[in-house]
Amino acid sequence: MFKLIKLVAQRLALGLLVLFAVSLIIFLGVELLPGDLCQEIQGQAATEETVAVCRAELGLDKPAPIRYLDWLTNIAQGDFGKSLANQRQISELIGVRFSNTLFLALVAAVISVPLAVILGLLAALYRNTWYDRTVNVVTLSSISTPEFFVAYILILFLSVQLGWFPSLSNVSPETDFWDRVYRVVLPAMTLTLVVVAHMMRMTRASIINLMASPYIEMANLKGMSRSRIILHHALPNAWAPIVNVIVINLAYLIVGVVVVEVVFVYPGLGQLIVDSVRTRDIPVVQACSLIFAATYVLLNLTADILSIVTNPRLLHPK
Amino acid sequence: MNETTESTVGHSTDAAPPPPRRDRKLADAWRELKKAPLSAKIGLLIIVAYVFVAIFAPVLTQYGESEIVGSEYEPAFWLEGGARLGTDNLGRDMLTRLLYGARNTVGIAFITTCLAFLIGGIGGILAASLGEWVDQFMSRIVDVLMAIPALIFSLLLLTIFGTSIPVLIVIIAVLDSTRVFRLARAVSLNVVVLDFVEAAKLRGEGIGWITIREILPNIMPPLVAEFGLRFCFVFLTIAALSFLGLGIQPPTADWGSMVRDNATLITYGDITPLLPAAAIALLTIGVNFVVDWFLHKTSGLRDEQ
Repeated sequence: MFKLIKLVAQRLALGLLVLFAVSLIIFLGVELLPGDLCQEIQGQAATEETVAVCRAELGLDKPAPIRYLDWLTNIAQGDFGKSLANQRQISELIGVRFSNTLFLALVAAVISVPLAVILGLLAALYRNTWYDRTVNVVTLSSISTPEFFVAYILILFLSVQLGWFPSLSNVSPETDFWDRVYRVVLPAMTLTLVVVAHMMRMTRASIINLMASPYIEMANLKGMSRSRIILHHALPNAWAPIVNVIVINLAYLIVGVVVVEVVFVYPGLGQLIVDSVRTRDIPVVQACSLIFAATYVLLNLTADILSIVTNPRLLHPK
Repeated sequence: MNETTESTVGHSTDAAPPPPRRDRKLADAWRELKKAPLSAKIGLLIIVAYVFVAIFAPVLTQYGESEIVGSEYEPAFWLEGGARLGTDNLGRDMLTRLLYGARNTVGIAFITTCLAFLIGGIGGILAASLGEWVDQFMSRIVDVLMAIPALIFSLLLLTIFGTSIPVLIVIIAVLDSTRVFRLARAVSLNVVVLDFVEAAKLRGEGIGWITIREILPNIMPPLVAEFGLRFCFVFLTIAALSFLGLGIQPPTADWGSMVRDNATLITYGDITPLLPAAAIALLTIGVNFVVDWFLHKTSGLRDEQ
């Protein structure tokens, strides 16, 4: 037990270190800007005085390490600074949008996780049959197509031709829950199609991998049915890798929303970062990148810890 | 390899294989190709077709890349009164843009992948063969770079450096080289401990000679397969960025931005904006088929080297 806590604590410390390094990179990235931020904002109209005023306003006259510490402590208190484009507080811009993004990712996860695990189990159960082969080809193709292609095909069939779902997912804070779900069906389906392929293949692979071990052969020789072997003997040992894959794909979902949000004009964080990159609103891009990166790092850390906790073999390394 | 007592770094030119052997190799490759499964043949055919279109784009169409030939959104040939594939949102010929797109989108993705392999491959082999602090240093940098999701990282860097094609190529190549570095390092680690590398070190060969003549030939098959997969990934990333309006900039014809520019047509049930997206999907699927086959074959190829 003590060993387990020590391993988890080690991972947590490592995760914090990575988070720190990530924030440092995002901060230092802006330092690479040729000239400086104020010159960039004012462009041709920059005079020495206006640049000096702007620098004082943004605190650019202080040395970089102090600015980094200020930036970090402000963020820890929920203050991301002001947007360059419209002078609004960034935390205001981000708040609602981040919860929208999380909602979309959550809906996609609720659909895709059970679907992927069931499809993967079936593919392992009916290995090398026409079902397995079809699923294999379909998933390979869906991995290698661009997300916006999948999104527009769904729009073409389910929205334009059949008229079942709206092609624009414009939600506002006033939209009630079920209306909200209805509006995110198409973006959630797009994300599902993208991540199910990967999760399913990993589920199938980890089950098939286990099926080669001696205790499964033993069960086989005793004359057990194939489904009983998979459900009662293989699955409990396959949970660790499957849970790992699920969490990693959730991390992917959080990031993969960027393109999908733009296609469906969904007011999430992805849309915000794309718009801000276009207007070169650097503080907003920094804030969004930090949130995306932190979510990604934390979810990967969760996957790491879960795979330690659920796998007793990792506790006793030889 | 008997007269290598002098410790020169570089390649001796007299080591080129004699012509008869190359002929046999070509014949072998042809025989392998004929035995290949249908999916790999289709994949190869797709790749050859794309390369052909990319090279001969100006010959295949009578219009210029961004020449305005008619009014906006003229219908395609399968609709009433349409010709060719119709025109785009500015009245440029769709088919022409599609053909030139092969040159621009595929060309840029190819250059980016090559650059990523140059950086990541050399870095990975050096980290494996030099070991110790060089390895530690490079691996930790790569770890941190990989902790930030690639798309988000490239968005951040594009904001800072602005969107132009050279910047795009360098950013994606550097971010992608981290994955190449991991693979190159992992496979070279298995090779650097082998006796013939030790022998080369003992007879005083330089690091360049060892990298190019001893390690590289032995890690070629996994790197080639990875090249195909990386190309798909880079290709999809560039297409996604262009679709977001942050990649290849107009008036250069490019498949990602073509989808974005003409997306409104989809709401009227017109499928022409999907053609560039389908072109992207077809190429990645083709490359994947070939890589799949190549991964099955690699052990056989290794014997011949």
